[in-house]
Amino acid sequence: MTTAIDSRRLAMHHKRKRINAIALTLSLGAMSFGVFWLIWILFETIYQGIGGLSWATFTQMTPPPQSEGGGLANALFGSFLMVTLATLVGTPVGILAGVYLAEYGQKTWLGSAVRFINDIMLSAPSIVIGLFVYALVVAKMHSFSGLAGSLSLALLVIPVVIRTTENMLNLVPNALREAAYALGTPKWKVILAITLKAARAGVITGILLALARVSGETAPLLFTALNNQFWSTDLTRPMANLPKTIYDFAMNPDQHLQQIAWAGVFLITVGVLLLNILARVLFKNKH
Amino acid sequence: MKPQPQRRRVAPWADALFAGLSQGAAWLTLALMVGIIGSLIIGAAPALQAFGLGFLTSAEWDPVQEKFGGLVMIYGTVVTSVIALVIAVPVSFGIAIFLTELSPSWLKRPLGIAIELLAAVPSIVYGMWGLLVFGPILATFVQQPLQSLLGGVPVLGTLVSGAPVGIGILSAGIILAIMIIPFIASVMRDVFEVTPPMLKESAYGLGATTWEVVSRIVLPYTKTGVIGGVMLGLGRALGETMAVTFVIGNMTQLKSLSVFEAAASITSTLANEFAEAGEGLHQASLLYLGLVLFLITFVVLSISKLLLLRLKKAEGTRS
Repeated sequence: MTTAIDSRRLAMHHKRKRINAIALTLSLGAMSFGVFWLIWILFETIYQGIGGLSWATFTQMTPPPQSEGGGLANALFGSFLMVTLATLVGTPVGILAGVYLAEYGQKTWLGSAVRFINDIMLSAPSIVIGLFVYALVVAKMHSFSGLAGSLSLALLVIPVVIRTTENMLNLVPNALREAAYALGTPKWKVILAITLKAARAGVITGILLALARVSGETAPLLFTALNNQFWSTDLTRPMANLPKTIYDFAMNPDQHLQQIAWAGVFLITVGVLLLNILARVLFKNKH
Repeated sequence: MKPQPQRRRVAPWADALFAGLSQGAAWLTLALMVGIIGSLIIGAAPALQAFGLGFLTSAEWDPVQEKFGGLVMIYGTVVTSVIALVIAVPVSFGIAIFLTELSPSWLKRPLGIAIELLAAVPSIVYGMWGLLVFGPILATFVQQPLQSLLGGVPVLGTLVSGAPVGIGILSAGIILAIMIIPFIASVMRDVFEVTPPMLKESAYGLGATTWEVVSRIVLPYTKTGVIGGVMLGLGRALGETMAVTFVIGNMTQLKSLSVFEAAASITSTLANEFAEAGEGLHQASLLYLGLVLFLITFVVLSISKLLLLRLKKAEGTRS
């Protein structure tokens, strides 16, 4: 009698263990699956990218199809200019709105509404931002322009900066604020000189992450900055940029152009990953 | 007489100015949202008038005759996203289990960072890799064997038809899956970690296996958060542009329901046609598509946000 129960229990026990082993193996498999793609994509980018990289990549203009030589100089410059402008415009707005959320409007309806909308904007399709800026700037000026490109990127910087600024300000202990208030410091000075300063590393992390995000963004540039085959510093004209150039060249059957596109992809990937790692290191040192 | 110590007020207006500025910046975010929806509706107005809601069910897309319907693109967007979810959800679930329950602690951080870096890689990199590296491999090792195997079979045969170049709905879905795995996995990992250790340890103490703890304690506790994470991934997949545009093939006419058939999604059509479309019905129809996309992603992301908020609130009340 008892042996029958025992053997049934034992069978149950083995079954549970087996299911557990299967589930954990699958979980391990899933993890390797994820890491596998990361390694494959990185490997291919580095392998093909270094092959396409040369001194000319940095010194020569983007070539027309069916030609020898050429590089990415104008595209790199255009991207650099637009990303810099976008960060300069987007960062102050993002920090101010983040300050509002954390210091002024925690419990107000405006605060909750902005927080909600901002989290949606973080993941909203970036191509729609491009459509918006097209209607706002390009259609009015009757020309694609570097300005429109920077604006669309700035609109993508803002939500990232808002999110991180608010989170980082919330980490600052209230005792710091109260000590400053007790000394008679006005609120704006408390925020600028105490809380923002205490949260500096985190806020900079947010800016770096935003920078990383927009330097690879392609979709909003397709119908704002468009592209330009030549070196141009005129923000009211179409402007060359790295992502759009990569897109055009990669879709082109010309092997030579594809090679230049790989070099571009390599530069973007390395840049974005370095920015991300820098942001992490900075944040970790502080906290 | 000794001068009275004067109480200095440093710039009393500065406080109001700063408060006003930061509130203004907050309003700007709201204005941006309203502006996006408003500009899309205004831009799409001609198409809204010309086609009405029939736009959503018509599969005709003919810029020459100015007849437009969005069904093919909506189909492409939805099907690629569904394929992406079918692949990404179980994998992300496995990754989250691994990161929270299995991984030795020294491996947790590097692996977590690796997954987050996968999320940071720009979509154009996935797109180019998908087109030039992954597509050909998929064609040679999956599509061609499937076609030679099922070629003669009536229904299944049409499901795998199409030019053997590895471009189409399936490739787009797979690339999207790889892209959204990190988003879903990191949300799942974060919500798994809010499960009170007490609950888990009680279950372990009763002799439960790791799988039983995950499936009967952690998962029920974090259900809303897990669904929120999946919705976040779905929102990302629906709105992703570059990775899809590279590999979907950009055919605005659907020849068959085959997963290897070149097709189009809302985003890929916008990316390909918007800059060249002249003012008029073509551009308005594209903006109509953009509006549809924005509204769908808005709803999906709102649901995701609300579910995640609910879990966060419950955290305080349950123990």
